[in-house]
Amino acid sequence: MNAPDAGRDPHTDSPTSGLSRAAESVPVADEGTGAPAGAEGPGTTTTVPPVGRDDRWAEAFRRIASGSWGVSVGAVVLAVLAGSIMIAATDEAVQEAAGYFFARPTDMLGAIGAAVGNAYAALFRGAVWDFRADSFALAIRPLTTSLNYATPLIGAGLGVALAFRAGLFNIGGQGQILIAAAAAGWVGFGLDLPVVLHLVVAVAAGVAAGALWAGIAGLLRAYTGAHEVIVTIMLNYIAFYLLSWLLATPGLLQAPGSANPKTAPMKDTAVMPDLLGARYNLHLGFLLALAAVVLVWWILQRSRAGFMFRAVGENPHAARVAGIDVQRTTVSVMLVAGGLVGLAGTTQVLGTVTTGFGSDIDAGIGFDAITVALLGRSSPFGVLAAAILFGAFKAGGSVMQAAEGVPIEIVLVVQSLIVLFIAAPPLVRAVFRLPQPGPRRPRAPRRDRKAVSA
Amino acid sequence: MTALATTPSPAPATDEVRTVAVVSRKAPIAFAVVTALLALLLALQGREGNTNFRFSAEGDLVRIPDMAVPGMPLAWVSVVVLAVLTAVAFWLVRAARRIPTWLTLIFVLVAFVAFLAWAGAGSDRDFPVVRLIGGAVLLAVPIVFGALGGVIGERAGVVNIAIEAQLLAGAFSAAVAGSVTGSPWVGLVAAVVAGVLVALVLGLFTITHKVNQVIVGVVLNVLVLGITSFLYSQVLVPNAQLNETTRFSRISIPLLSDIPVVGPALFEQTIVVYLMYLTVPAVWFALYRTRWGLRVRAVGEHPKAADTVGIKVERTRYRALMIAGAVAGLGGAFYTVVSVSSFGKNMTAGAGFIALAAVIFGKWDPVRAALAALLFGFASNLEGALSVVGAPVPSQFMLMLPYVVTLLAVAGLVGRSRAPAADGEPYVKE
Repeated sequence: MNAPDAGRDPHTDSPTSGLSRAAESVPVADEGTGAPAGAEGPGTTTTVPPVGRDDRWAEAFRRIASGSWGVSVGAVVLAVLAGSIMIAATDEAVQEAAGYFFARPTDMLGAIGAAVGNAYAALFRGAVWDFRADSFALAIRPLTTSLNYATPLIGAGLGVALAFRAGLFNIGGQGQILIAAAAAGWVGFGLDLPVVLHLVVAVAAGVAAGALWAGIAGLLRAYTGAHEVIVTIMLNYIAFYLLSWLLATPGLLQAPGSANPKTAPMKDTAVMPDLLGARYNLHLGFLLALAAVVLVWWILQRSRAGFMFRAVGENPHAARVAGIDVQRTTVSVMLVAGGLVGLAGTTQVLGTVTTGFGSDIDAGIGFDAITVALLGRSSPFGVLAAAILFGAFKAGGSVMQAAEGVPIEIVLVVQSLIVLFIAAPPLVRAVFRLPQPGPRRPRAPRRDRKAVSA
Repeated sequence: MTALATTPSPAPATDEVRTVAVVSRKAPIAFAVVTALLALLLALQGREGNTNFRFSAEGDLVRIPDMAVPGMPLAWVSVVVLAVLTAVAFWLVRAARRIPTWLTLIFVLVAFVAFLAWAGAGSDRDFPVVRLIGGAVLLAVPIVFGALGGVIGERAGVVNIAIEAQLLAGAFSAAVAGSVTGSPWVGLVAAVVAGVLVALVLGLFTITHKVNQVIVGVVLNVLVLGITSFLYSQVLVPNAQLNETTRFSRISIPLLSDIPVVGPALFEQTIVVYLMYLTVPAVWFALYRTRWGLRVRAVGEHPKAADTVGIKVERTRYRALMIAGAVAGLGGAFYTVVSVSSFGKNMTAGAGFIALAAVIFGKWDPVRAALAALLFGFASNLEGALSVVGAPVPSQFMLMLPYVVTLLAVAGLVGRSRAPAADGEPYVKE
């Protein structure tokens, strides 16, 4: 990593932007073709050949289609299509109609349409807008549910993304969430503090606990060379059993007078206030997550520490030569990343599940966060968008399961296919016959970083 | 932590050639820490009474009498042995020699004996040693296969995070194919096919389209989890006859199974376990002693050089990846045709990640990776045995033990493990 690189757009130097040669994300198109489509005359800095006035709409369309937006939309369409096939193929009415397909083909097509249409309508109804509701206030409720589901994904996704940027692969989201939940939960129901202070202390405890747990991985990585992939996986299991023990031992986290491995409910002073009133389950945690997005953006783009993080991620050897203490940087990256993931655990116990929690409080968020970070291309605002999308999928998926009997796992399939297709733009372009990105092409292929090679 | 010692090369080509031995003091330090911790445990939490080890079951040809050993003395003797081993390790490092793998193995073994002697002291129940070893081998089967798959892939330069996906896909298709045909053998073949299919997708994206390998691996894990769980809820639950396999039965190998202790533990197992015994040396031989293995390793270390001498990099990687997928798929079959006879949602429960840890722990070597996987199996099996004798440790801590051991081992013994040089790098032909 050298100085001129530092100023480049975040998207182009994130480790995951090495997705593929062509996956250079939006900003690449902006670099060369930022001028309005069809910009003419001398002085244009683009290498795109001058285009006549009549062609400019065609040219504009070509740029949209060949840019990464075209690929993203194509990827979503392909993934949804694959999901439809799975829904249709396993639907009983469709199977029945398939039995006499050659006699009355319309029956089967109708059955497919009904199965797929109903499923996706239920998904939409659960995630964005309940068109069956009587009033606006009720109709908008699913949207707030989606944002509520997105809240922990934002924090955890940021934690994974930040580590990615520094060349570290943080699979330890689960453990960090569990430890953070334990700490925040203990403060939340075990201490008696004044109104505002209680919440502040509980959040701080959760974030600090997550940071420390990830810090162990950072320390081991920096000073013994242990691979962070193994260390974080092991810390996941250790955190799980540690929390199980804490929950099963009276006097520690277990609710007094109970034999269940579950904590007592949080005290009212430690519960995050609802943002839009009790009718919607959107709480303060969402604002904290948004603040974390801005904070991470600031750290990465504007702060000295963030510069060091990225430098180490780009090339640790060069960073060391440039006078950066790689070991200390590794530890601090993991501390910050763990704090962000810890925020996710904290908002879970203080905002979403305030009636006491068990050892399954992480609810797979730690692993979802990896996909979120990948989809968001490790940029803070990308993570925000990806987390909201996944939150919507989660919210809609449960409604779909309840209303149409389609297992919620279809959401996992669609989510992972989206990430997979976005990571391989040539494939999507080939399927939709999208034009290849403009004549700026022959770039020197950048070597993929080994940052996260396991 | 790392000391450099230069010694003259024994086989000098020229006078200037010197070998530089990089010696790490971490292993002896880790030994010392473990020894001290065990001694501390014994000193602070002394226990009275005998520890009983049961070596044979009724009906064995050769019966070894059960042994009742005074627990604490045995534990202390083991700790002394550990101290001696630690001293040997320090001496080896001072002499700028490498610490051999067998020393580590003996150390680990003695440490386990010390712990068992302490934990079992005073209990009137006895340790079923045979079950302890046999169960460990059984628990380790999918991890060993997964780790072998990981080693082959990574030696060819493709990081395989998708081991978990291959295990799960193998388990699912073995369950369905085994149930439909009623033959576990068909299930085994189906598992291999499923593992290869996952590997093909991985190859399509990472080798052909040059997408980041870690991303594809992680995403494939989620994808396969999603597909298998979806099909399970949607197809297998309503049609239970699709999810009822006949399991492989145990086969005793004539002479070998009569060996006391080891025999019943290792040689009264199912065919899949015997396959594992064969696969480990076979993979080792293929990687280090055949032309194919040389090419695979060349492609993983320096694809450009391999390309220059005429090795087809992409084709070699594809083939290696598919073999790796087949091996990992076999491990998946273990769940549904050996362990239990039906598929369950997410039934691999992270074994693929443990296998990944074993790959790195075993420094990308098939034999060491298999040993690391066995260590996992043993440590996981210990919990069951200790709860039988009523060890004075909360069960959660026993369950945690394998992971703590790995953490210590990775931090202390393995240290800066070096992946194949081109691991994770797509090859772009110039």
